[in-house]
Amino acid sequence: MEILKTYKIYIGGAFPRTESGRYYPIVDASGSTIANVCLSSRKDVRNAVVAARKVFGGWSEKTAFNRGQILYRMAEMLEGRKLQFLEELTKQGSSKEAAALEVQESIDCLVYYAGWADKFQQIASSVNPVSSSHFNFSALEPMGVIGIVAAQETSLIGLVKFIAPAICGGNTAVVAASEAFPLCAVTFAEVVHSSDVPGGVVNILTGKVSELAPAMAAHMDVNALVTESLGELDKPLALACVDNLKRNLAYQHAVPQGLQYITALQEVKTTWHPIEQIGGASSSY
Amino acid sequence: MKKTYNPSLMLSNTRIDKVGVEERVARFQTRSIKNESKKQGLHMVLNMIDLTTLEGKDTPGKVQQMCYKAQHLHDVHPGLPTVAAVCVYPSMVSIARKALGNSSVKIASVSTAFPSGQSTREIKLADTKFAVEQGADEIDMVISRGKFLAGEYSFVFDEIAAIKEACGKARLKVILETGELCTLDHVRMASDIAIHAGADFIKTSTGKIQPAATMQVTYTMLMAIKDYYDQTGIMIGMKPAGGISTAKLALHNLVMVKEILGNPWLSNEWFRFGASSLANDVLMQLMKSESGLYQSPDYFSID
Repeated sequence: MEILKTYKIYIGGAFPRTESGRYYPIVDASGSTIANVCLSSRKDVRNAVVAARKVFGGWSEKTAFNRGQILYRMAEMLEGRKLQFLEELTKQGSSKEAAALEVQESIDCLVYYAGWADKFQQIASSVNPVSSSHFNFSALEPMGVIGIVAAQETSLIGLVKFIAPAICGGNTAVVAASEAFPLCAVTFAEVVHSSDVPGGVVNILTGKVSELAPAMAAHMDVNALVTESLGELDKPLALACVDNLKRNLAYQHAVPQGLQYITALQEVKTTWHPIEQIGGASSSY
Repeated sequence: MKKTYNPSLMLSNTRIDKVGVEERVARFQTRSIKNESKKQGLHMVLNMIDLTTLEGKDTPGKVQQMCYKAQHLHDVHPGLPTVAAVCVYPSMVSIARKALGNSSVKIASVSTAFPSGQSTREIKLADTKFAVEQGADEIDMVISRGKFLAGEYSFVFDEIAAIKEACGKARLKVILETGELCTLDHVRMASDIAIHAGADFIKTSTGKIQPAATMQVTYTMLMAIKDYYDQTGIMIGMKPAGGISTAKLALHNLVMVKEILGNPWLSNEWFRFGASSLANDVLMQLMKSESGLYQSPDYFSID
């Protein structure tokens, strides 16, 4: 007997159904329904933000090395479930070759950011020259809760390439999956769930982007919004980000690897530390 | 005439049907509250809060800050009420008195060797008198749970009566610390003892023990108040404290009070919430209904 998978959403480390009780069908190329997925509401966004905020402190205070290990573990888990992702991608219309490439890119992406976790700080921080007796340095701190709208034309990589740099830098994330290709997003939530990622660090919702993205953009407790080419929606989202000075990162085409995706979701903290001038020594700090 | 413990006056033999209580309480949580009523309810909740700080680390600065917040909940939003009272340790009463000036916000002080109550009668009386002298309008005393559980009900009764006398014109709230009473039967019995011994208010918890103000416990205490009112026509106030940190839960409590005791109890003269973080959640809900935007605690004062 074939058992069809129930595609649920992922909030706070649990797999609930949408609070709205709404669903929408996903069809394959031939037009037949392959799954019913949750049509999440803005209240699901609200719940996800609460979950993400709650664990932000704990996640951002983990050692960078530990976050790297966990990202690497995600890559391992994804690798272990390769076949399932390949099957879902081809079901949703990808060719075999394209599907294989997408899964490989996603694994590479996770390994890439796993490596950066305890290194980006050294690269992106600085000691600044100042003309007073201060040791002046700038270090990065994670922003907080990041709203992410996955790149819409892909099912897996469009999601992974935004989640990985966000959590690598110590942020937590609320993610709206691809509206038309959401299957891999839910399966990826299972990967997250089995990879020592504390519940709430990554929250994944499926549904209409036109409903979920504005709710994230207008939410006062979301610190940044990451999107890719949403067309007409871009402008109203940017406007909605104004109220709490939310950082709005609307990429045109984001690649799966790059230091800038980590640093874009960091705040810079500059510290002026008084120092002594000892015996005319002219140390620069 | 000196009051004495008289079990026959009380309905303390009433056994509480726990399953029944849980079912009834669950029903209070299914009432649909429309937007306009919700807004009014939230204003009412704010006006019923005893804004509380009861920490070993309390400083005069913290108490002054809280007293300011008690009168200026969120100045960005005009038209908000003040809270009902601030609740502090006796040593902080004079500071609160000074900070509040002639504001309508009352000062409640815990006393009687709060929170454990493990001390002598003399010390508890002195503690209470000190708080009243310093300017407390209300005294929140704790009962001797150890004595209660040991079956020394007369002791508990007499102690409450003695403290009531020491309160003078200050109103007395009697904390049962229901988390330590183990069963709803005990909660009911302790409520009856406190009410008959002279409590103006009965209060669930100190906030130091879990579980604190569950709806089951509050329901049981409200029923004791109702039975006493039906017998004597005398109103007793109710104060759930500890664990009520969300606007939603506070509204459920209001629904319960209204359905059990009725409108006369829906004012801060007869109903209070003991809470420290509830106010901010209510403010966030109010601002959400005003602006349509989900709010962040970052934009509300901590104390």
